[in-house]
Amino acid sequence: MPELHPLLHGVGVGTGAAVGTAVVLAPAARPPADEPADPGAGPRVREAFEAVAAELRRRAETAGGTTGEVLQATALMAADPGLLAVVDQRLAAGSGPATAVDEAVEQFCAVLAASGPYLAERVTDLRDVRDRVVARVLGLPEPGVPQLTGPSVVVARDLAPADTAALDLSLVVGIVTELGGPTSHTAIIAAQFDIPCVVRAAGALALPAGTDVALDARAGTVTPDPPRAVRAEISARRAARAALAASAGGPGRTADGTAVQLLANVGTLEDADRAAALDVEGVGLFRTEVLFLDRAGAPSLAEQTDAYAWVFTAFGDRKVVVRTLDAGADKPLAFVEVAAEENPALGVRGLRTSRRHPELLTTQLAALAAAAERTGTHPWVMAPMVSTPAEAAQFAAQARAAGLPTVGAMVEVPAAALRARQLVAAGLDFVSIGTNDLTQYAMAADRLEGDLADLLDPWQPAVLQLVQATGTVEVPVGVCGEAARDPLLALVLVGLGVRSLSMAAAAVPAVRFALSRTDLGTCVEMAGAALAADSPQDARRAAARSADADVLAL
Amino acid sequence: MSTRTATVASRVGLHARPASLFVQAAAATGLPVTVAVGEGVPVDARSILMVMGLGAKHGDQVTLTAEGEGADAALDSLVELVETDHDA
Repeated sequence: MPELHPLLHGVGVGTGAAVGTAVVLAPAARPPADEPADPGAGPRVREAFEAVAAELRRRAETAGGTTGEVLQATALMAADPGLLAVVDQRLAAGSGPATAVDEAVEQFCAVLAASGPYLAERVTDLRDVRDRVVARVLGLPEPGVPQLTGPSVVVARDLAPADTAALDLSLVVGIVTELGGPTSHTAIIAAQFDIPCVVRAAGALALPAGTDVALDARAGTVTPDPPRAVRAEISARRAARAALAASAGGPGRTADGTAVQLLANVGTLEDADRAAALDVEGVGLFRTEVLFLDRAGAPSLAEQTDAYAWVFTAFGDRKVVVRTLDAGADKPLAFVEVAAEENPALGVRGLRTSRRHPELLTTQLAALAAAAERTGTHPWVMAPMVSTPAEAAQFAAQARAAGLPTVGAMVEVPAAALRARQLVAAGLDFVSIGTNDLTQYAMAADRLEGDLADLLDPWQPAVLQLVQATGTVEVPVGVCGEAARDPLLALVLVGLGVRSLSMAAAAVPAVRFALSRTDLGTCVEMAGAALAADSPQDARRAAARSADADVLAL
Repeated sequence: MSTRTATVASRVGLHARPASLFVQAAAATGLPVTVAVGEGVPVDARSILMVMGLGAKHGDQVTLTAEGEGADAALDSLVELVETDHDA
């Protein structure tokens, strides 16, 4: 009789479901507690360090850009004479080989941690070197991503960007993590590629690699060795989803004909090409910072113009909403080093970057205007992290002066949501609500803090109330954030006055279907019920009471 | 033994990319080069961990020393590196 593994519970990202083979990313090997001394292990340990350094150098060359520089610096750490000297001392003092590596690394981590905030990230890199060296010294597999051979459910403590870069996403049908949160890197990747995902699933790493697991993001559950009934249900759901995606098309409309634009979020030029080939009404959020993130200097006017013209051309007559540079906090730029901030999320970020580096925004607006002229298109342009009417007025004036007539602002902070009317009066043509940041600021919960996943739920009634405050303005109100891709929540947002929804392009068909089955009155009713609730769970349940059965089955 | 002083020009100090460039250049000299902040204890300039651990900030004075053939020229080029703003 095979051992039965219990059902795991976590936080679902999206509403999909899948069955696949569990592929567990090896967790870091730790030195055995009672590792015997081995004073002669010096050469073997050095060899392990050198092998890790060589591999990092190789990856640095392949990666290039800022990532390449970080990997290059990490390679230097793996070959560091100071570190190797301390390892030798520890070996001579009677520590076992893996233990000596661990002790030497921790000694340097303590020094680095004491040397200021810039070095905090280097501590992470140094521990990554340690994990690789320790694994080699112990003859265990290095932590990281194994080769996938078939439809796989990737199981990890949390996915680092480096892990995702190494994954063959075409074979990943689901992702399960023990840590992370609904707005973590893992969740964003999952949304981008429409991969069902369950985060914060305690005990996931104990899933035996190679067994089948069923993952249900809507229920937030992971079932090892799924019984036939569960497999059949998931397979039926996937078929239904695929069928509705194929059946419905065209502009978004409620059952009684209210237009709700369905737009795509795009970052890279490849994203734009992918999304342009799909049935979407345009781009609701073009995240331009991707052009800036992975490099040592700001892109030139000509380079930016070419990139923007590429995206405008890809979408032709369709709407494209461009967000100007959103840097800072979780998106630091190598070439705009700001002073160390106690609370970067509350610091110089978004539009505020232009207080210190006005030339970045001036150049970007000029490039957008040039690209618009070259392509004969009319992009909408909006600024991130606007907090006051004065900021809105200044940005609007600047954009118009550059030759961009349609100007808006992201509503991401409660101040902007509560004063949306005044923001618009300052000269805006539209506003777009960024639900991830708005939730973070409304709930005072860092969006990268997985332990606070319950607070970061966009169904939080307080967040919905801020959306409602914004939804009453006289100009177009959109939502570009993960909230828009949840079909049920999308209906609530429409009920609160939102008339365009921008999301990962893959999520559009389900939202289109939900709209087509629901009239505006019902959306308003659902919104009212959600606002009256006391918790995100209650809000969802309350909204679901008025929903069409086929919508609930998505 | 040759000695030079230099003022750290990079806005982030001798961290991150500037530290990485400095350490690679120090190792490339093939000489035992040390670096200290002000009158502090000198550390091996070929060790990125030791160099970052110095916590040298923008505007700090660092002292470089080296011994052996070509030490003067090697130190001159390292001084130039430290006094260049690599974030600009």
